[in-house]
Amino acid sequence: MWKIIRNRLDQGYRTSSYPKQPIALYERFRGRPQINRQCEPALIRQCAEACPQEAIDGASGALDLGRCTFCGLCEMQSQGKFVQFTQNFELGAATRDDLITDGSYTDLAAHAKQHFKKLFGRSLQLRQVSAAGCNACEADTNVLNTPFFDLSRFGIDFVASPRHADGIHVTGPISRNMKAALLTTYEAVPSPKVVIASGACSISGGPFYGSDEIVGDLSELLPVDLYIPGCPPHPLTTLHALLTFFK
Amino acid sequence: MDNLLQIANGEVVRRADIPDVSVETFGMTLAEFVRNGGFVVQFFAFAENDITRLLAVVRNDRLYVTSCVVGAEFPSLTGWVSEKFHMFEREIAEQYGIRPTAHPWLKMVRYHRNYSGADDVFGNDYAGEEIPGKYDCFKVEGEAIHEVAVGPVHAGIIEPGHFRFQCAGEEVLHLEIQLGYQHRGVERLLPTVPQRRLPIICEAIAGDTAIGHNLCCCQALEALAGLTVDVGAKVVRTIALELERIANHLGDLGALSGDVAFNPPAAYFGRMRGDFLNLLQVLCGNRFGKGLVRPGGVAFVMGEEQKKLLVAKLHEITPQVKNVCDLLFSAHTVQARFENTGIVSREMAEDLGLVGYAGRACGLPYDARIAFPTECYAELPHNTNQMTSGDVYSRATVRREEIMHSLALIELLLQRPETTARAMMMEERRLAADSLVVTINEGWRGEIAHCVLTGADGAIVRYKVKDPSFHNWTGLAMSLRNQGISDFPLCNKSYNLSYCGFDL
Repeated sequence: MWKIIRNRLDQGYRTSSYPKQPIALYERFRGRPQINRQCEPALIRQCAEACPQEAIDGASGALDLGRCTFCGLCEMQSQGKFVQFTQNFELGAATRDDLITDGSYTDLAAHAKQHFKKLFGRSLQLRQVSAAGCNACEADTNVLNTPFFDLSRFGIDFVASPRHADGIHVTGPISRNMKAALLTTYEAVPSPKVVIASGACSISGGPFYGSDEIVGDLSELLPVDLYIPGCPPHPLTTLHALLTFFK
Repeated sequence: MDNLLQIANGEVVRRADIPDVSVETFGMTLAEFVRNGGFVVQFFAFAENDITRLLAVVRNDRLYVTSCVVGAEFPSLTGWVSEKFHMFEREIAEQYGIRPTAHPWLKMVRYHRNYSGADDVFGNDYAGEEIPGKYDCFKVEGEAIHEVAVGPVHAGIIEPGHFRFQCAGEEVLHLEIQLGYQHRGVERLLPTVPQRRLPIICEAIAGDTAIGHNLCCCQALEALAGLTVDVGAKVVRTIALELERIANHLGDLGALSGDVAFNPPAAYFGRMRGDFLNLLQVLCGNRFGKGLVRPGGVAFVMGEEQKKLLVAKLHEITPQVKNVCDLLFSAHTVQARFENTGIVSREMAEDLGLVGYAGRACGLPYDARIAFPTECYAELPHNTNQMTSGDVYSRATVRREEIMHSLALIELLLQRPETTARAMMMEERRLAADSLVVTINEGWRGEIAHCVLTGADGAIVRYKVKDPSFHNWTGLAMSLRNQGISDFPLCNKSYNLSYCGFDL
């Protein structure tokens, strides 16, 4: 018994004060990219050709955050002259088009549908569906339940049964073999319901784009309300997106 | 041994030098090797120019490769030699439509059409809405027997898989595990994509093993492209692999705590795991180490600032890790739940060919860091395990020991003077033609092996991936026999196998 108490005193109180107080992530973290639209076209084309995810438009220099895995190659390739990744982890978007950025970003709070805030603002239960993800998205979603983030203090929980849920949170590029289970889970969620696509895989197939064993785009199957990019999305990216969209 | 070519981990071999024997000799050679205490690392089929071959990579204290041309069938080695071949033979059947005759349990592995266009060996119809779980599971007959089905969508935030228990009351008589839900077609994809996509895909084979799998990929590309990696980069790569190991072991000890309803360490382990993921983020900006390792070295240099942060955090957190481990393992109620639960005997583990900590906890000491060292492992001290009874307690204890050992390794590595100033960018490189390379690393779950074959112009013709879970899922199924079904989560988490690493 004493050991438990001693450990508790030793461990201390760890819950983050975000969003009341801002959090700064380590400088190497790659969040929102800043894009230099005046960059010389040859360099933009070079970055576009080098990008493993084909996320850069070689002509316009726009970056598709839904395809991006934030590997940082374009920043290295251009030595920061074309793109620089900031530590801003606020990446959630309400539409697919909002993820294709030329450097400017739409305000998620303004675009979040008001009826979701009314319905789910005080209590949001989500059913997570792992649709062939690599487990990184799942792991960094799971971590929201640990003391540092403590998701449930905001009234948001992940539940076991879709019957108890207000919506689904989908990760993974949706393999053929998971398609039926995903759709059945969605149908089991009572309306009104919300659909969240989390991670590059569920938005664009992520690293697996082009494979014919995957669907690779959740919006081909279900109407998506919230997009959370990343590979995986940092827990704070998910937390910010959930809080801004629903509260 | 003429029928086996000895190779080294990460060393390019000319395909022309690989023994190409008859199917019968192939089988006899492998049978003799395994009967003499050998293990299977890779065993797969590949097709080129209308000729299909079987290729096997096997190990005792050395590595060997052999191959043979194969037709529509070959005599299965599973029934009459060893269970070590079991899953590999089923995979060959599924991928190429080649039937292993007299295989005792010829069942699909991942549920997908084969690559060759031949008739499906299992008679499945992939065009319909069938899913992997629609299969006649092994059933135990009897009035008091009931079946419990779990998944693919599970209660928590966890990967999908299907478990079918045959129970008499609370006691599980048999557990059958059906995977394949996360099959993304990785092996089919890899030879068709530009080289720059390879590390990105390999980091996503299993996100919690991003460093492990990507090391195998980059080491293979380095060997084929003739790239050297400087010592400073190897230090960073080794640190990253050990950080990955620690983070996952901590997370699982926390999950095990939660499963025996001991919430304080569950919470503390979870938080500490996050601290280690944040150290990977310090190195490369990603909590899973994605983007760190690239062919030729590392994409992000470990400078003085990063080193200082790592040293400081390790200094702060190591006593906390010790204390929380002590809190968990000294609780009598925890011991009562862990001890003698989910036992896999040494004989069973050996016959199945279990790898990693699951194998070590059963008394199989194989650790690829010792047997086939890569990166900095040849110069680092080894770890040994005392508790090897094959139960949950042994697996948890082995993992606790590995955490402490890995912390010590990182400390040693951080003291090394070598640094690398070169941040490697991903580039397309010319690969050696008509070659084979096998790369093995000890991921946190166990032996990861990638095997790459190139063709006449250096293009990759076959990229074979083996995650340690490929061996170990059967261990989990066996550990449930004669256990209470309520101990399933405990056994499952004591193994914590990768669904996506298996499914590819």
